[in-house]
Amino acid sequence: MTGLITRRIAIAGSIGAASLLVLRVPAFATPTEMAGAVAEFTGNASVQRGARVKLDLPPLVENGNSVSVTVRADSPMTDQDHVRAIAIFTERNPQPNVITARLGPRAGRAFLNTRIRLATSQKVIAVAGFSDGSFWSDQVDVIVTLAACVE
Amino acid sequence: MARALISVPKTAKKGDIIEIKTLISHVMETGYRPDAAGKVAPRDILRRFTCRYNDEEVFSAELWQAIAANPFISFTTVATASGTLSFTWTGDNGFSQTETAAITVT
Repeated sequence: MTGLITRRIAIAGSIGAASLLVLRVPAFATPTEMAGAVAEFTGNASVQRGARVKLDLPPLVENGNSVSVTVRADSPMTDQDHVRAIAIFTERNPQPNVITARLGPRAGRAFLNTRIRLATSQKVIAVAGFSDGSFWSDQVDVIVTLAACVE
Repeated sequence: MARALISVPKTAKKGDIIEIKTLISHVMETGYRPDAAGKVAPRDILRRFTCRYNDEEVFSAELWQAIAANPFISFTTVATASGTLSFTWTGDNGFSQTETAAITVT
């Protein structure tokens, strides 16, 4: 009987510890922080949404620890007209930046594929910077059923 | 040395666009997670990836915590000449590793 009570206390104690851990979850980034990170990437240039950039990731993600993301931009990738940079941002990960890739005409194609972490269901944005100074973006709303461990 | 996997075609025609895939084993510890003892594990991530084609930089990327463990990066490049592609990862705690792959362009 004593053993059982001790075990109950132990279980209660561990639940208490777990809830303490939950309180220590770092603050998620906010849409404002993401806008700030995008502005830093573009140098405050305006970003147009449109067909020149395509962000591909599954709209329903089972495991946020590793999510395959593909970004393609529509560009001939010549010396005169190419994509200089591709960046990915998230709205509600602990911080908004994910990856910033620099490329050029030597790439042949404006293409980037990587695997990212998603802490929760959120919006993911890809921004591509073109050689003419314009920035284009595409965004996907993702539902994450098992989040990446941030706590 | 971390284990790295690199996929580059061994041969290509001049002017072909080739796809390169890279993967390196690395924890990419975010610095947000407590370890078994309840203490937040310090950040340990790869910060930068660079690909050089015959010593000319053709692709580079800055990485953050949101890149999954064992970073996988795939991109394309134009096969211009036979030679060597070198891949360098650098990161926290003085991490630096370079791998190379040879390509024959006809």
